[in-house]
Amino acid sequence: MKADIRVALVGNPNTGKSTLFNILTGLNQKIGNFPGVTVDKKTGFCQLPDGRTAEIIDLPGTYSIYPKSKDESIVFSVLADKARGLVPDLIVVILDASNLKRNLLLYTQIADLKIPVVVALNMIDVSEKAGITIDVDLFAKKLGVPVVPISARKIKGIDQLKSTIAYANKIALQLETIDVEPIAPQLIAQIQQELKIDNPYFALQLAHQHETLNFLSAKESDRIEELEALHSFHSQKAQATETIARYSFINDLLYDTVKKPETAQDESVSNKIDKILTHKIFGFIIFFAILMFIFQAIFSWSAYPMSLIENLFIWLQSSVNKALPTGPFTSLLVNGIIAGLSGVLVFVPQIAILFAMISILEDTGYMSRVTFMMDKVMRKVGLNGKSVVPLIGGFACAVPSIMSTRNIENWKDRMITIMVTPLVACSARLPVYTLLIALVVPNRNVWWLFNLQGLALTAMYLLSIISAVVVAFVMKFILKARERGYFIMELPVYRMPRWKNVAFTMYDRSKTFVLQAGKVIIAVSIILWVLKSYGPGDRFAQIDKTYSQPQYTKSMKPDSLSKVIASEKLENSYAGVFGHVIEPVIKPLGFDWKIGIALISSFAAREVFVGTMATIYSVEGDADKLESVQQKMHSATNPDTGKPVFTLAVAFSLMMFYAFAMQCASTVAVVYRETKDWRWPAAQFAYMTALAYTASFIVYHFLK
Amino acid sequence: MTLSQLEVGEIGIVKEFTDLEMSVKLMEMGCLPGEEIRISRIAPLGDPIAIHVSGYQLSLRKFEASTIILQ
Repeated sequence: MKADIRVALVGNPNTGKSTLFNILTGLNQKIGNFPGVTVDKKTGFCQLPDGRTAEIIDLPGTYSIYPKSKDESIVFSVLADKARGLVPDLIVVILDASNLKRNLLLYTQIADLKIPVVVALNMIDVSEKAGITIDVDLFAKKLGVPVVPISARKIKGIDQLKSTIAYANKIALQLETIDVEPIAPQLIAQIQQELKIDNPYFALQLAHQHETLNFLSAKESDRIEELEALHSFHSQKAQATETIARYSFINDLLYDTVKKPETAQDESVSNKIDKILTHKIFGFIIFFAILMFIFQAIFSWSAYPMSLIENLFIWLQSSVNKALPTGPFTSLLVNGIIAGLSGVLVFVPQIAILFAMISILEDTGYMSRVTFMMDKVMRKVGLNGKSVVPLIGGFACAVPSIMSTRNIENWKDRMITIMVTPLVACSARLPVYTLLIALVVPNRNVWWLFNLQGLALTAMYLLSIISAVVVAFVMKFILKARERGYFIMELPVYRMPRWKNVAFTMYDRSKTFVLQAGKVIIAVSIILWVLKSYGPGDRFAQIDKTYSQPQYTKSMKPDSLSKVIASEKLENSYAGVFGHVIEPVIKPLGFDWKIGIALISSFAAREVFVGTMATIYSVEGDADKLESVQQKMHSATNPDTGKPVFTLAVAFSLMMFYAFAMQCASTVAVVYRETKDWRWPAAQFAYMTALAYTASFIVYHFLK
Repeated sequence: MTLSQLEVGEIGIVKEFTDLEMSVKLMEMGCLPGEEIRISRIAPLGDPIAIHVSGYQLSLRKFEASTIILQ
């Protein structure tokens, strides 16, 4: 779609910016990247009343043009990048009418850049309810810009905003808010002159931010550095002077235009809720109850849609098998691509539910209270109050949890959270644990109350959370902080969640996952298919030849014969060969080459272990039934010693391996997507494998 | 006297800051010299704290509050 004008949305966090973006663009939006950085760029199109189309860019929410995080640094670099034509034709600044003072700081900074501006005075209904009266006309006159009162939640004033955007002036008419030059007179003048910049505030921003602006040439950046030294410019001091001047302008403006009652009513309602939700005892009880609810929801609500998706793909596989002639193409389609696709889509219900929950918690303002309550504990282990939810979500699935770490502003805290989340026992490990525990742990009660198998499973879950905390604590000392850690955070007023936003987040995140992680998972599935379906030399032909002899075809039922062939072929496939190759490496852990094959195929997804075991031991009957796989594994013996393969030591060693190893292509893909650097998933893969190997080794030798 | 020494419900007026870098962030968030700050609550574990300033609620760690000197 071609746009006639480009409009950027700018505003503080919690001002309803994304709600407005969703209303203006509808489902007509896409997520891309800003050039050269790893921040998501949300754009969409909006039909204006004069028939033209506007491209709307949603810039990250920020309190100031001076960035505190990577996301925030985008705001100025987009508004300043004249060379690449990123600069919008018009900026819509969204102000929270019930909290104008702090919101106006960003407005005054944006206004002084002299790009055409329109003000959307959002939450006008909330501020009216709180008894705040704003003289909108005088407010607009004093700023020199069109001001449109709106309520994005109640979809009021949107048409008027659209026509204001359509008929806005093409040149910046806003009045100057502060006198910028006195902050650094000679420096500003010289930068303006040498870099041919007509706007003094723009020149001042270049002085502050030149190191992070990628549209400046190295020469220009160095020259600014020189000039700063020459005029002994101190960035923080200059910023302090500027901020004080801006607030003094804002105080004068608000004194004339806004009348406020002594105590805001909405604030006190919020206060009452806070008294309960951040209470010393009830606060934690409620928080854990909410976590349990999320955990339950992800587990139980997703069960039905997940089995529906699985069954749909099983049906699809069998019908494709029937419809197409047998051959490598059909096998690739069925066992490679469709199986891979199924592995991707089966996660969608869990992702959608987790993100629905998270966006409700964020929308209501509860998430920042969680951060407020948990900060002290989490900080001790190198995490952040906001790490709690991803870690708990990790019990369901690491993929959506890692995607949800985006709201952790502190780089180091976020990286540590991403690195340790896959250690938490996710739902894909559950079938593996259930199978192995049932195999070696007797099903009886101790002290009348506790089932031994249940205790073993609980221990695995506890181990996972302990290991995540310990690894986080270690990483706290390894990773270097990029910025000074601080915790200056707004506690927004409690609000009802906006269900439309919740739905958008669910859709958005699920789509991102399917498109981004899906590519990698399908690629891995295809590679694994090749490894499992082809073998070196003529080994496969030999197997077919052997089993086509009458002694087999006559004495065995075709069904069990084909299972024996499949098992035999898997042993001789590249995966089987690879299993034999890695056998010396995994032998100290008590694993044979058959387990080696299972470990390799588990890389697509851990739960594949059960199916692979079924194929290797050519399980008869319903291969998806745990009991039948279990029986086969129980009677499996080592051909050299004649002793059973799955002893207590081997089973627990294997569980340790599954607890710690990064056997999940989806997680690797999503960590890459979130960090945009292959070194992170590589480091994660390496440390988790090392941990898995060591833990398995110790457990095996301890129990042997 | 610094902000971290106030009890819940007490009010103070910002005079100056001891840490330039922190002061820049705090001022952006509306904690400016001359501004009135009320302690609204303390987190269950004793840190961070929540304050009422410039018409909204802000949370910050005790250490950060200790860089704000009151009148």
